[in-house]
Amino acid sequence: MKRQMVLRVVGKLFIPYMLLFALYVQFHGDFGPGGGFQAGVIAAAAIIFYALIFGLPAARRLAPDPIVEAMVALGVLLFAGVGVAGIVLGGNYLDYFVLDGDPVAGQHRGIFWVEAGVGITVTGVMLKIFYMFAGRGRSLDER
Amino acid sequence: MSAFGHYSYWITVLLMVAGLYIVIARGNLIKKLVGLSIFQTSVYLLYIAPGKLIGGTAPIIADGFRLYTNPLPHVLILTAIVVGVATLALGLAIAVRIREAYGSIEEDEILAADRDSEGGA
Amino acid sequence: MTLAHLPALVVVVPLLAAPLVVLVRRAAAAWAIATAACAFSFAAAILLSAEVAAHGPMSYHLGNWPPPWGIEYRVDALSAFVLVLVSGIGTASALYAWRSAAAELSRDQLYLYYVMHCLCVAGLLGMTVTGDAFNLFVFMEIASLSSYVLIALGRDRRALLAAYQYLILGTIGATFYVIGVGLLYLATGTLNIADLAERLPQTASTRAVLAALAFITVGVSLKLALFPLHFWLPNAYAYAPSAVTALLAATATKVSVYVLLRFYFGVFGLRLVTETLPMAEILLVLSLIAIVTASLVALWQENLKRLFAYSSVAQIGYITLGVSMASPDGLTAAVVHLFNHGITKGALFLLLGGVALRAGGATMGSVQGLGRRMPLTSLAIVIAGLSLIGVPGTAGFVSKWYLVLGAIEAGRWWLAGFVVATSLIAVAYVWRFVEAAYLSEPGPATPGRGEAPAAMLAPALALAAACVFFGLQTSWTVGSARRAAELLLGGVP
Repeated sequence: MKRQMVLRVVGKLFIPYMLLFALYVQFHGDFGPGGGFQAGVIAAAAIIFYALIFGLPAARRLAPDPIVEAMVALGVLLFAGVGVAGIVLGGNYLDYFVLDGDPVAGQHRGIFWVEAGVGITVTGVMLKIFYMFAGRGRSLDER
Repeated sequence: MSAFGHYSYWITVLLMVAGLYIVIARGNLIKKLVGLSIFQTSVYLLYIAPGKLIGGTAPIIADGFRLYTNPLPHVLILTAIVVGVATLALGLAIAVRIREAYGSIEEDEILAADRDSEGGA
Repeated sequence: MTLAHLPALVVVVPLLAAPLVVLVRRAAAAWAIATAACAFSFAAAILLSAEVAAHGPMSYHLGNWPPPWGIEYRVDALSAFVLVLVSGIGTASALYAWRSAAAELSRDQLYLYYVMHCLCVAGLLGMTVTGDAFNLFVFMEIASLSSYVLIALGRDRRALLAAYQYLILGTIGATFYVIGVGLLYLATGTLNIADLAERLPQTASTRAVLAALAFITVGVSLKLALFPLHFWLPNAYAYAPSAVTALLAATATKVSVYVLLRFYFGVFGLRLVTETLPMAEILLVLSLIAIVTASLVALWQENLKRLFAYSSVAQIGYITLGVSMASPDGLTAAVVHLFNHGITKGALFLLLGGVALRAGGATMGSVQGLGRRMPLTSLAIVIAGLSLIGVPGTAGFVSKWYLVLGAIEAGRWWLAGFVVATSLIAVAYVWRFVEAAYLSEPGPATPGRGEAPAAMLAPALALAAACVFFGLQTSWTVGSARRAAELLLGGVP
């Protein structure tokens, strides 16, 4: 599809804004509709869009397999890490009140990091699923 | 008010039954997964539609508003949607593997292939 | 890491181990992390069980939000008992998988097996310890999704279709459960299990509550393979990798029984379950049919894993028979058989996995003359089989004893006779193994002389020894089960 000029140009125009929108949705989760899962899916959709136009090998150069798999694990570890930080700082598991001097600021901080973890994991998972499904049945040098 | 006022519940029941019927009646593995998704969607509607309070605003504290809709069903359903997506992805992955192993995604053809290989083996 | 945080840590540690194993891709390190996490949960479960026995139920507030606004983790006599079973079997299966999974999977995929193992154990433990109905659904799906993956890893291509069928039926079951919880939430406004129990008697929408009871029953019955919703079980257990069959057979259905007990007696209450809707009668009839038909079908199976899978359906029938009695003895029988059947089937499937590793399969042909070629394994299978039958001195006898006591107490002498009579069918299919292993000459499919590797044999023999140990030393199992039964029946009237 990369020979189609319209697709190529419009794709390159859109993808940065899609990623920016994903970041917007990620950080406005506690203010309006949004949060980690939605943002992760939008970010993954941006990269999948790139893969659809420019081909799977190009996307694999952009987001290599080891990094995608590491993203899946790191997001979960970040989420669980916030929970364990709650225990270490004297509260219960996933206690946000103790993460800062002011309990309300602690809630904001806790939600921020937890949603960041969710966003990273969901992006990684969606990309991994796409790579797995799209990469199946192709010859090894095309992968 | 009675029957027509509860239209969201009627749609929920319709989707639920339609989804279950597709799962049971269709032999194609992908169609079964589609039916499962429709069935799960009806559950989302079951939770969210009653959450909206008449006259309630979005559940973010703002001056001048006293009645807020219930945010808890939305949180629950976000989780349920994620679970549904994961289930769908897993189901499709297994269907792809079945296609590679058996050459077909029709349940009766797969069961026939199993019966043949078991009878011969 | 004080005792106070253990209710959360018993779930969090295996859950944390899963992404760690994803990052560490080497098979040996993956196995080490997975086994260490499951062993930590086992130790934590034992500590929690001792604590609850001494000081009563423990309540843990996640995020420091007090219930009913926050999610509460609640450890009481019943959940502590199930925690010990699940974490113990999880550890045994992880130890066993070192050799067993390595033989059945490709080496660079092995770390993914351990990821799924950790997630499955974390999900099952979370289901047991949580006190929030929706949180239970989340953990139920974590456990179920990872078990679908684990089953699909089997070598035979029929494992894929088995995993797919289990996925469809399991997801329908979980969704039915969510519908039930949704109706309960709409009727009462809370999701906390203890709070639901308080508010249900005062609610006005009784029809919604009855519908919720029906939905939750069907949903949980799909998960616990109650007849006639058991069709996924024989295929799933027969074609999955051996370590997976042992893990699932001993834990997944048992935790679903725990959910049933918790909702029937801890939320809906005895009156609703026995008088308003005839759930006890329905459970009784279905249990009887399950026991008879599954035992009879097991008699005709050639594949040993399939044979014992049908035997599992029958034994689950015994557990739900105890639940249907809704009396102290009946519930004690159900809870004690939950544990005893867990260790019995765990031992059996681990041993059969050893046979499968050496013989390339676990059919009647593979065990011809096994008594001479693999003496320890054969003896242990016979011991576990005796526990299935319920011979005095084994764990199975204790459960059947309390079932018979409960039946006599309810005045149903025919039921007591039924329990004894159906045990004779179990004698028949265990005798088929004994005849093949000890009274036949070794055939072409029988493995050469020599046991399974020590890493596989040790957990299997330990569980088989536990069958005898808990048949003779019943104070802990029966004591815990009795306390659990009193807790359940003393809850909501």
